Amino acid sequence: MDNLPVHQVGQLGGTAFVVVSLLKIVVFFAIVFSIVALLTLVERKIAAWMQDRLGPNRVGPGGLLQPLADGLKNFLKEETSGGERHGFFFTLAPMLSFIPALVTFAVIPWAAPLPTPWGVVEMVVANVPVGVLFLLAFSSLGVYGIVIAGWASANKYSLLGGLRAGAQMISYEIAMGMSLLSIFFLVGNVTLPEVVWGQQRMNLWFALPLAVSFLFFWISAFAETNRLPFDMPEAESELVAGYHTEYSSMKFAMFFIAEYAHVFTVSMLMATLFLGGWDIPLWQGDDMLALPDGTVIGAEPAWWKTLLTFGAFLTKAFFFVLVFMLVRWTVPRFRYDQIMDLGWKFMLPAALVTIVVTAGTILALDAAGVEYGLVYGLVLTAVNLTLLFLVLALLDRGRILSGSTALQQRRLRARTTKRFHDEEFAVAAANRKYARQEG
Amino acid sequence: MAATVRVMRRPTRETSYLRATMKGMALTFRHLVKTVSGDDATMQYPEEKWQLSPRWRGTHVMERHEDGRPKCVACGLCPTICPANCIRLVPGEDDQGNRYPIVYEIDEFRCIFCGMCQEVCPVEAIHVGQHYENGEYSRERFVYDLERLMNQTHPSTLLWDPSDPASE
Repeated sequence: MDNLPVHQVGQLGGTAFVVVSLLKIVVFFAIVFSIVALLTLVERKIAAWMQDRLGPNRVGPGGLLQPLADGLKNFLKEETSGGERHGFFFTLAPMLSFIPALVTFAVIPWAAPLPTPWGVVEMVVANVPVGVLFLLAFSSLGVYGIVIAGWASANKYSLLGGLRAGAQMISYEIAMGMSLLSIFFLVGNVTLPEVVWGQQRMNLWFALPLAVSFLFFWISAFAETNRLPFDMPEAESELVAGYHTEYSSMKFAMFFIAEYAHVFTVSMLMATLFLGGWDIPLWQGDDMLALPDGTVIGAEPAWWKTLLTFGAFLTKAFFFVLVFMLVRWTVPRFRYDQIMDLGWKFMLPAALVTIVVTAGTILALDAAGVEYGLVYGLVLTAVNLTLLFLVLALLDRGRILSGSTALQQRRLRARTTKRFHDEEFAVAAANRKYARQEG
Repeated sequence: MAATVRVMRRPTRETSYLRATMKGMALTFRHLVKTVSGDDATMQYPEEKWQLSPRWRGTHVMERHEDGRPKCVACGLCPTICPANCIRLVPGEDDQGNRYPIVYEIDEFRCIFCGMCQEVCPVEAIHVGQHYENGEYSRERFVYDLERLMNQTHPSTLLWDPSDPASE
């Protein structure tokens, strides 16, 4: 990192820092909120297209104003609240799931640092040193909202939905954290701008050298956002509407917005962690990192580079959003036992193995004196693709996410065990009886 | 003894979750592309309407003479043939001996749109029509009187092709 060009742009002064931070908060919040609102429309459109329909197209050009109409409708709707509910928590729950979902985007870098006459402006609302940890903490805070909603509704279906959300979150949070570990010891840092910089220095997005982690993170992301095939907390065919059965009007809308905010945040996060963030592929001109002292190392920053990279970032994020929606309208919901099996029996051990193997490879590469760069990445890619192949082959054996065949095998096994135990008990009972008679 | 469900044992390639999922995603994605490129199954109803067949049998039309009188001669054939018994006809006769309907009502709720009234009419006065948007706010409005039947604007049905009356 020593021979990289250094550009002195200057640090933001006290007043400038406050003004710029406020501006960033307002601008990013506006962008996120409008995108989240649009996502509700995008979801309906994509669902319609996949079912050979057109989707909403009456409000505004091509239905573009539909989210506005929906919002208005939600404001005007009657707010119902069941008589047995716990009033305070019933109101608290939507807020608890709404706020964390909107806070999380604060640490994600949106574009290359912007040079201004007053100093370099990093395109991230808060570049906190704990970066990803902050994000993980807040995104799983949202589950409190769901659990409390389920409990406060005083409704069996809601309670079941809340409980499932809790169980699911715990199960997949672990695999998610594990898959992040490989990134951390590859980059040596947890702030997201550093992660992007790490991928730019390698000239390879982490989706390849850390393919298994990518897959696990992706699967966990579905579970974290409570979307199909992991929408156990909602499960409309089993639990009416799960945790938000009793909610209506704006309170329901808040859960709804929280879900889409989550989807967008997780998509942005995956884009940042595994697809190079705002990095433009095959172009070295945007490889830069702003340091806290106001210097930029790597390529020279420019306003048009910031714009271009912002476009690249949004494209990547929307790719993930699209996949989220594609999956939602294709894949049926898992059974509860399948979810638990996948989380605990498969992803947890597999993630542990992956960590050990990746760490070993990194250690070996460092010991062999290989420079951090493309070759380094390619070796890791080879190792990880082999692992990925093994993981997929294991998944494919029909043991974890299986159809009814495996269920029957399990049932047969259980039945044999039961018969065995029954015979044992019968013998034991006969022996006891005999002993009593003798005695 | 609990009921035993027999499940077929199939090879992995048929029961694999991953492969089935990938296949499903490809299918839905193909449909998405198909619809986006303009090949959707939706008809934009109020703007776009069905092309009705010339033999479509909808709500009735009473044909009129040039001077506005109904062509009906109150012969009583249509209420006689009507299988649903939905036509009410009170015949009258003027001083020249011409018969005309004093009351001619069709209850479109009872009507089964068989078209026999049109077939039987000797003067081609009553017709079923090419029309399907019949919404009303009350049940009474579905009993069409003579005035209303004469003022219908939609085209009347051709029960047979005029150039090929015997369907040859």
